[in-house]
Amino acid sequence: MSAIELVEKSQLTTRPTMKAGDTVRVHVKVREGDKERIQVFEGVVISLRRGGARASFTVRKVSFGQGVERIFPLHSPSIAKVDVVRSAKVRRAKLYFLRGLKGKAARMKEIRTGQ
Amino acid sequence: MVTGLIGRKVGMTQLFDADGTVHPATVLKAGPCVVAQVKAAGRDGYEAVQLGLVDVKAGKENRPTAGHFKKAGVPPTRVRREVKVKAGGEVPKAGDHVTVAIFADGERVDVIGTSRGKGFQGVVKRHHFSGGRATHGSMFHRAPGSIGASSYPSRVVKGMRMAGHMGHTRVTVRNLKVVRVDRDNNLLLVEGAVPGGPNSVVVIRKAVAAKPIRVVQAEPAKKKGKK
Repeated sequence: MSAIELVEKSQLTTRPTMKAGDTVRVHVKVREGDKERIQVFEGVVISLRRGGARASFTVRKVSFGQGVERIFPLHSPSIAKVDVVRSAKVRRAKLYFLRGLKGKAARMKEIRTGQ
Repeated sequence: MVTGLIGRKVGMTQLFDADGTVHPATVLKAGPCVVAQVKAAGRDGYEAVQLGLVDVKAGKENRPTAGHFKKAGVPPTRVRREVKVKAGGEVPKAGDHVTVAIFADGERVDVIGTSRGKGFQGVVKRHHFSGGRATHGSMFHRAPGSIGASSYPSRVVKGMRMAGHMGHTRVTVRNLKVVRVDRDNNLLLVEGAVPGGPNSVVVIRKAVAAKPIRVVQAEPAKKKGKK
């Protein structure tokens, strides 16, 4: 194990296996004054960056007709949990092309797993 | 007490606070080091020790250096650096081992290394000159401009900033905070960046002019009033 992995080991959290094209619900801890609440950000994972504790993922959603993207550090303690809602069949690791598409064109073919 | 240690830069990572704030941190493989020579005020005029970094690869020595290490009774090392000795604590002897245990979490340290070489660079990159306009018929792009007046002094003054070799010099970064000390693996985690590339040799010493560690004070209670 390299020295960097050794240092990062204590930072790693367990997150579900995600892929580009997955629709996820990210439960983000939001602090308001001294109160803490959970805010949910739901959207499509358009990019995953690996790299130990430095891993991050980008979630894109369209909110009131406006495209919104958030980049989350995968192992950040401010993320309470991540749920994978559904997966889609995609042929690319980075789905940046979705930024240029909207409406029907931005649909993806769903992969149904299990039951 | 030995105030420093030789190490190698491993690379950078990031650390999360409890609230999710990310801090950049550099991982240093620090030590273990051996004392190859003790310099005493009586004999050498100052108090210091010459440390040798115990590496995976043993040192290649010629006969003078072999004798130097033989005197200390330690196997030869490739890297040797001198660090100061502070009065108080145990007096180091030749052959002593020094490890990261001399540092504590939250302490301030200075890191001395050799910056990455950038080669021959122009004045814009090397000295942050602003350069000229790119378009609209400008014929002055990245040139240094005038370097002195004609009649007086009629020469270029010394120290004029010009193009030349950049980087690969000794650089000291002061007052970095020690985030974590891993004694088992000889690792030291400091907040922020450190000169040089991965595997480059650095000297970590206790901060010469240590900044006090900022304690976050509790916010004063908000005044209640009509507004």
